[in-house]
Amino acid sequence: MIAVLHREEVLQRAWSAASSVVDPELPMLTLLDLGVLRDVEVAEDGAVVAAITPTYSGCPAMATMRDDLLRSLQAAGFSDARVRVALEPAWTTDWITPTGRSALAAAGISPPGAAPRRSGPVALSLAPIRRAIRCPQCASEDVALTSEFGSTACKAHYRCLACLEPFDHVKEI
Amino acid sequence: MAEVHTHEADDHESAYAGLLVNDAHWAFGTDFEDPLAGVDTTVPEGIEPATLAAYCLMLGDDALVLSQRLSEWCSRAPDLEEDIALANIALDLLGQARLLLARAAKADPSIVPALPDGSPVPDEDRLAFFRDDLQFRNVRLAEVPNGDFAQTIVRVLLFSSWRLAVFERLVRSRDSVLAAVAAKGIKEMAYHRDFAARWFLTLARGTEESRRRLVAGLDQLWPLWPELFETHALEREAAEAGVAVEPFEVSAEVQVVLAQVFAASGIDRPERGALAGIQGKKGRDGRHTEAFSLLVAELQVVARAHPRGQW
Repeated sequence: MIAVLHREEVLQRAWSAASSVVDPELPMLTLLDLGVLRDVEVAEDGAVVAAITPTYSGCPAMATMRDDLLRSLQAAGFSDARVRVALEPAWTTDWITPTGRSALAAAGISPPGAAPRRSGPVALSLAPIRRAIRCPQCASEDVALTSEFGSTACKAHYRCLACLEPFDHVKEI
Repeated sequence: MAEVHTHEADDHESAYAGLLVNDAHWAFGTDFEDPLAGVDTTVPEGIEPATLAAYCLMLGDDALVLSQRLSEWCSRAPDLEEDIALANIALDLLGQARLLLARAAKADPSIVPALPDGSPVPDEDRLAFFRDDLQFRNVRLAEVPNGDFAQTIVRVLLFSSWRLAVFERLVRSRDSVLAAVAAKGIKEMAYHRDFAARWFLTLARGTEESRRRLVAGLDQLWPLWPELFETHALEREAAEAGVAVEPFEVSAEVQVVLAQVFAASGIDRPERGALAGIQGKKGRDGRHTEAFSLLVAELQVVARAHPRGQW
């Protein structure tokens, strides 16, 4: 019983340490709120193992995320910590938490809508993607897509036709 | 009295102050020793590890080589948005290549080039930077020079339409790593295909000059198109073991997608035959076009100059 309690306490403290780590490119968001931190567990050898998944295959921030997680876990007293990659299931923007969405909006980044649900082959889309989004600065709905590819792989670039500010939008995937 | 310039003021004025405080953040992406850390890389039963590795190299090399070509557009695209879009597409492909090359190395470590003792270069980098041109298994469509923007758009359209269809089937691979790479890749390839298809339409219906360039680019690349649907003996072997996709399977579906784009654009399907191989051997066999050795040389020169380099 004591061993079980201890294990749960350890797990709780490890989750808490891992959950405080922020994304290196979206520092207003924790890895947990971004849906990148998938799991924290205590391995058979007693090590704390955190699992992360890349947002995009070429996500260049994975190494930094790993280092930041290890640093945070070590600072919380887990000298024996590891980070593993969880490739499956693939990350989706639906995993960004409500807290994460609010944090994005507060930082001037338009949060994603619902990710597309697909059955069968992906249909070709020759017209620009229409999204019902608002300018994160002035809340106007009068916005225009500048490019489907923005400052990072996970964002599209928009401009607001009301306040004329450009802004990023996290693409639904 | 002359104004005293303090360090504090300097720091405040310099946009670069503070950027060097934490060097770790500038080492993005190069030091995750193992992109498959903790992933189960057991080779499924019923397939030769060498066959699985070769198949991973085929899909990985396609992505690596096209990524390298697309990266040549960096700072040279018609405008900033398209520059960033092409760089983003190249980055997605590079990420796919990294996972696939790492998976190939895990399946069959004997394919990984040997380097001096103590070299910190990870397996996937060894495969990318220390194989010779004849050891690359990419299709030749991925390697030919970019041409102009229109021709680049045609290539991205052809390549992403094909790869998306392959990935949609590869999610059922008995190799869990390939299945996971495919599931993630579908989302990326769908964006690439839509980007290219929209530009195809825009250029076709744009000016006389944009249309002329598009048609010329399509004509130029068309002879390389059939190669993507030819099944190599190793692909057949891997497919029979439930690990790979035989590319001819996706042909009908991909031709329908292209026909849609051509119809909307008012462009005729070119009538040009396939580019022959060398004694029947093509990209999947390691036989490439002349331009490929130059691409490989540029890709590899820095890494080869520093086989013990830490990046």
